[in-house]
Amino acid sequence: MSAASLADPDGAPPPAEQLPPITAMSIAALALVIIGGIYLASHLPASVPLGLPLALLAAAGLLFVGSAIWLSRVPTFAWHTFFVVFGWALLAYVVIAGMLEYIFLYDGTSGGALVVLSLSLLVYALVIPLLLAFSVARYQPPDRSPGG
Amino acid sequence: MASITQDVAVAAAPARTSAPPRPPASIVPLAGLPIAGVAIVGLIIAVATNSLWALTFFHIAGGGLWTGIDLFVGLIIGPILGSMSIPARVEFSARFMPKMLVIMPTLVICTLASGWQLARYLGTIESASPVHGWVVASFVIVGVMAIIALGLLEPANLAVLFELRKPQPNGELIGRLMKVFVYTAGITGAMQVATLIVMTKIGTG
Repeated sequence: MSAASLADPDGAPPPAEQLPPITAMSIAALALVIIGGIYLASHLPASVPLGLPLALLAAAGLLFVGSAIWLSRVPTFAWHTFFVVFGWALLAYVVIAGMLEYIFLYDGTSGGALVVLSLSLLVYALVIPLLLAFSVARYQPPDRSPGG
Repeated sequence: MASITQDVAVAAAPARTSAPPRPPASIVPLAGLPIAGVAIVGLIIAVATNSLWALTFFHIAGGGLWTGIDLFVGLIIGPILGSMSIPARVEFSARFMPKMLVIMPTLVICTLASGWQLARYLGTIESASPVHGWVVASFVIVGVMAIIALGLLEPANLAVLFELRKPQPNGELIGRLMKVFVYTAGITGAMQVATLIVMTKIGTG
């Protein structure tokens, strides 16, 4: 199905007040992951107390999942544009996160620190595409409903 | 970057009626991807071989270009753009901003990955290192820049590029999106200057 067939040329983007606060939630999730990453990196290669980074990671994960669920309930949205941007951004940030994961594996990071770092990179690689895709799609004409 | 984006914002309103030049069909310049790919492969080889020269090259070259481009665009290109005609500003920005979507993430990942590995190689990542505090300071600086770049600037940049592709771009929307560049320009500039101070401090012990 092409974008042209889905897009409503006369449709206006949904008003901002009808959209969930995906931008704020995504930036918050990104900030939490980065703070956790800095905390871990500043302790490596020595052993790292994992309580704080785990709490930050859990909060970031909840924000991401919450954003995704909340956004999925928006009735009219430029979903085609959203998924196109999300897909390409995901490809780019999987490469970037993969590079960072490779570095940590290469350096022998292991155990709980590696698990938390890997999950943090996963959230990082998912939340940025979500943010980018939402930021673009929110200003695009919404797709027609399937029956439309 | 702030000046450029301010200029685009100013230019975008009349662009509604004057059919400005648009970004190419592909938002990301595909011809640049192989070059970025070569840089990433080179980075992987540098890490895998643990070559001090290669790691230093990627960190210094990548970081120097990253900081230099940020400051040069903000302090030099921006004011020049401000003195150009409105169609020229839009035409320049429509071609310039997509390229930045490939250049900047590539420079950032090359700088960060090689920098981390270099710190491991030189031992400055160890808490016993006399410059460990400066290394942690560099993490914080990069963290702040990452939140601004990934959370605010890149989404606005992409949204503007998509808006410019519409038959009738919404100048008011573009102007609103571009305000984020103005708000964050001071922080980004300060972080880049702080980067120069921290890195030269680490380099000289």
